[in-house]
Amino acid sequence: MTDPLPSPARSLVVVSAGLGVPSSTRLLADRLAAATERHLGDAGILPAVRVIELREHAQDLTNHLLTGFPTPKLQEVIDAVVGADGLIVASPIFNASYSGLFKLFFDVVERDGLAGTPTLLAATGGTARHSLAIDYALRPLFAYLNAAVVATGVYAAADDWGTAGVAADGGLVERIDRAASELAAAMVVSARVQREDPFADPVPFEDAVRAGSGDRSN
Amino acid sequence: MQFGIFSVSDVTPDPTTGRAPSEEERIQAMVALALKAEEVGLDVFASGEHHNPPFVASSPTTMLGYIAAKTKRLILSTATTLITTNDPVKIAEDYAMLQHLADGRVDLMLGRGNTGPVYPWFGQDIRNGIPLAYEHYGLLHRLWREDVVDWEGKLRTPLTGFTAVPRPLDGVPPFVWHGSIRSPEIAEQAAYYGDGFFHNNIFWPADHVKRMVELYRRRYEHYGHGAADTAIVGLGGQVFMREDSQAAIREFRPYFDHAPVYGGGPSLEDYMEQTPLTVGSPQQVIDRTLGFRDIVGDYQRQLFLIDHAGLPLPVVLEQLEMLGELVVPVLRREFAIGRPAHVPDAPVHPRVAASRGEAPTAAPVADAVPA
Repeated sequence: MTDPLPSPARSLVVVSAGLGVPSSTRLLADRLAAATERHLGDAGILPAVRVIELREHAQDLTNHLLTGFPTPKLQEVIDAVVGADGLIVASPIFNASYSGLFKLFFDVVERDGLAGTPTLLAATGGTARHSLAIDYALRPLFAYLNAAVVATGVYAAADDWGTAGVAADGGLVERIDRAASELAAAMVVSARVQREDPFADPVPFEDAVRAGSGDRSN
Repeated sequence: MQFGIFSVSDVTPDPTTGRAPSEEERIQAMVALALKAEEVGLDVFASGEHHNPPFVASSPTTMLGYIAAKTKRLILSTATTLITTNDPVKIAEDYAMLQHLADGRVDLMLGRGNTGPVYPWFGQDIRNGIPLAYEHYGLLHRLWREDVVDWEGKLRTPLTGFTAVPRPLDGVPPFVWHGSIRSPEIAEQAAYYGDGFFHNNIFWPADHVKRMVELYRRRYEHYGHGAADTAIVGLGGQVFMREDSQAAIREFRPYFDHAPVYGGGPSLEDYMEQTPLTVGSPQQVIDRTLGFRDIVGDYQRQLFLIDHAGLPLPVVLEQLEMLGELVVPVLRREFAIGRPAHVPDAPVHPRVAASRGEAPTAAPVADAVPA
């Protein structure tokens, strides 16, 4: 296959809210990233993969919430996520939803920052009982952010890492592969999302007044 | 260049004693600070405007009128006047009245206010923040420049044949600064009118402040008011000083750790690194403040926040004395070095300029707005 876009460069950013080292959330995220990379490779694209462990930014995220601005280190991470051509987001499921740390990060990403970004949702939990959390918790969040979420989300319970889960039809390996192929396909066809820069290109004052609103998001 | 202080008027318990001042004590403390500011040679006192506890400054022109009667040369300003929830007609009248009482020593800084519930208390909606700022100021601008105004907008009742009284002193409207921390729309508005732009500065990292000011300067030039480096820029700053910098940090830390705006968040040291907050010796304050010029270029007004988070009045008065004696004279001297001659001072009323033996800098009535 040939790359339909002139440049084969794509950035694939993985956001993991796993807490343990190693964490099963990170393990799942890495598997998804590797599978996505493989599918992109089949399309002639060699993505730059960046993994962000939210644990490393937990303090900065809390401070951002309290002070209203990010540290330079956190800003760099937010910029990487907002500038990504594809996203894999993975959270452990705590008390029936994504973790607080996971939400904290997406609370400080600017509105529209993920609009149009191909995004794969992933979650981990102790048992399969919370597998729908991807669809009732993560999916609405990313729908609100206008991310282009791929159809297949991947939930991995502790059991899924056992041999039986891997080997069986519809097992974890197959789900990872299906989701990754969907994300790769979305990344291949999507042009790099152009973000507005209100500082580089301000709305002229009279246009804003005529529109009856200075708010471009209306 | 102008130097002064701005107060948010918070009534905050002193975390080292647990005692909060009464509203009366806080109001009188703000007046005492304004009088001291003039005594120690500062140029500007600016009052915040708030309509909810724990703040007391709901009526800035009342306070500033009182201060005007007790001062001779201090410029009275605001930080900020709420252009969204105040009726622009009342702003036009109140600040013109203050001009007459204060012999022209008046300007004001407009801001939107970020407290959601305040808007409905005044019949407005915070989602209209920017449109309100645009429409209300459009009307205010005309009320000070046209004797009889016919006006119709979307967010206020129409006016037919309306004259705001008193007219601005000698026909010169108060100079207006537009303050915004994060909205490029407001930098654009300030540039469009050729007004001043003030960045509060104290809560944000330098690169953000730089982007806001650069946008304002570029658009100021675009709208034909003059070269970008002649645009009128003001900055906030936040300081606490002792001769020994470690003593300053020791004394200020409990106020920082419990301050409503950043308590529970980053450490004092991290916050100092990431924002313009400077806790240390007067020399450290001088060095840091001089560094602002590297970020925004030669600018016109520097206001310091020194009286928040429960700091007791005697301590704040000491801070003012240090500013007046040890810091501002050096800043005046150092900022003048290398400042191009074509960079203007902040506009003041012609009477203020005359009283200082300067050429008037404020534009007369028909100051240009792009057609």
